[in-house]
Amino acid sequence: MTDTATWPGPAHAAMTPVPYQVRSRVVENQDSSTLQLEPLRDPLQAPLPGEFMMMYAFGIGEVAISVSGVPSGSDSTITHTIRSVGAVSRALHDAEPGTVIGMRGPFGTNWGLREAVGRDLVIVAGGVGLAPLRPVVLGALAARDSYGSVTLIAGARSRDDFLFSEELAEWARDTSIAVHMTVDVPVQGWPGEVGFVTEPLRRLPLRPQNTTALLCGPEPMMQNGAIELLRKGLAASDIRVSLERNMQCGIGWCGHCQLGPLLLCRDGPVVGYDAAEPLLAVKEL
Amino acid sequence: MSSAVIDTAGLQQLVSTLIDRGYRVIGPTLSDNAIVLGELTSADELPVGWGVDVGPGHYRLRRRDDAAAFGHSAGPQSWKEFLHPPRQRLWSSDGVAQEDAPRYAFLGVRACDLAAIAVLNGVLGKGAHPDGGFVDRLARIFVVAVNCTEPGGLCFCASMGTGPEVGPGYDLALTERIDDEGRWYVVDVGSDVGTQVLAALPHREARGAEIDSARADVAEAAHHMGRSMPTGDLRELLIESRESPHWDEVASRCLTCGNCTMACPTCFCTSVDDVTDLTGEHAERWMNWASCFEFDFTFVHEGSVRQSGPSRYRHWITHKLGSWHDQFGSSGCVGCGRCIAWCPTGIDITEEMNLLATLAEHRDD
Repeated sequence: MTDTATWPGPAHAAMTPVPYQVRSRVVENQDSSTLQLEPLRDPLQAPLPGEFMMMYAFGIGEVAISVSGVPSGSDSTITHTIRSVGAVSRALHDAEPGTVIGMRGPFGTNWGLREAVGRDLVIVAGGVGLAPLRPVVLGALAARDSYGSVTLIAGARSRDDFLFSEELAEWARDTSIAVHMTVDVPVQGWPGEVGFVTEPLRRLPLRPQNTTALLCGPEPMMQNGAIELLRKGLAASDIRVSLERNMQCGIGWCGHCQLGPLLLCRDGPVVGYDAAEPLLAVKEL
Repeated sequence: MSSAVIDTAGLQQLVSTLIDRGYRVIGPTLSDNAIVLGELTSADELPVGWGVDVGPGHYRLRRRDDAAAFGHSAGPQSWKEFLHPPRQRLWSSDGVAQEDAPRYAFLGVRACDLAAIAVLNGVLGKGAHPDGGFVDRLARIFVVAVNCTEPGGLCFCASMGTGPEVGPGYDLALTERIDDEGRWYVVDVGSDVGTQVLAALPHREARGAEIDSARADVAEAAHHMGRSMPTGDLRELLIESRESPHWDEVASRCLTCGNCTMACPTCFCTSVDDVTDLTGEHAERWMNWASCFEFDFTFVHEGSVRQSGPSRYRHWITHKLGSWHDQFGSSGCVGCGRCIAWCPTGIDITEEMNLLATLAEHRDD
């Protein structure tokens, strides 16, 4: 499907994929790539950091993916980083420049960067969880004076598993952001830390009343990270996590993404830990 | 406007008037040993003289000793089948001609089912992204509601606050009366279109005594419900019961077949299926009814979130009676009893809730 002439307009507008074309593709690691997509017709509304799009691989299916880039100025491209874990995400991950991808969105809640203005930011990412948080880092760096201290703690299985390696190296050199990188499996010469993201988090001095923490990664990582932050005196409502469930519509029709009282496509994916904590504590909720 | 009275000729005229006005009339009719909802061309197709016996996992037709046309409780289907069809094509890569939504006249909508339509509208029609197809279909319906004077063995609308008297949302509401004079109906009008349709029927003004007696029978029906929900805050009870050992017990009887969700008039969940033809060049997007009891309903790349039977039953009942309030501002249950009748193992939502309430009381002791 590369001929946009046959891509029809909206019938059920909110469920109709809008054609975008892959402008560039960057391989991040062994299973993830970053696509920059440009609209072939009228662009969709620009997604805010934390929001997600429904991405459609022609004839294969659709998945919910949080945005991993920020649009600048008149640029109407949307950037996503996709980890290949199933048929649809594999097709998206493999999409070469020129491929037409169907897009719907943006949907869901955002990281609340505006509400965090004037506060310290602690950003905690595990694995591909760094992708939804990248727009936060970029946004904070672009408006550096709007925030207090900015700390990024990024974990990955090994050195080669980090997303955005070059940017991470850049941020590590940037004195306006403190970067801690930690891996599960070190190789010789690894200059960073070894272990879970909770370790650097535990040592981190922070001002609990004036800190907003944003976490994305596997659920146990977010739970353990949040426990550490609560122990340091952060209010649960100042800890925000991005949650993942099966999403098929993105707009509250299909019912798949429920987590207790939450419809995560509507009330999430970014949720305050005050709401998330009691729900994540229940197995198979 | 005061109430009117129509007889069986009036009912016959009602069906033909609605058809003449361009409606597809859908109502109860006999088929396959059940009272199903089908397209009617005449009031003769109503299940006159038929009732049903229902119980947990049980539904049987029975002959009535009178000629009531609406003397039966809920059947296997609900109006959701028409407003929120089981299969809908949402998109095609070849383009789809926009079809006008059908104009349905629903004949015989009970109080519980009228409430269910409002509940569905709360989910699909009132969010930030309303389902345009649903909204169009709903906007075009004509509703002939029917008050209940004879609840079924699994009915509990009274304890859900949805019946037996029909609430707002109807165009015409009938109360079926059977006496020495035969079968006739007290008619209440709920809309301007209802007024117009009534004007086209042979009718007379209802006498005060007729209205009073009809109202009294409907009010009395509230005391003859076959089932009842526990009183108190069901949402809170379900939150408190999240870790109850009772879920394992229910699951030992639950087949996770999803019948309850299919029969439920408000269960709205769907799956979105993207398909292609064999060439791979033509793609379509379909939205099909789904059930939270399906194993892969909660599938994410690491596996399904709700793998166990207990967790899936807990989710269904908690959503229906609890988290629906958080998500859509009302209960998801209207007390029609379908989930009890059509559960192959007869799991009874009211019995489970009463048990949870009892267990919670003992926990507090």
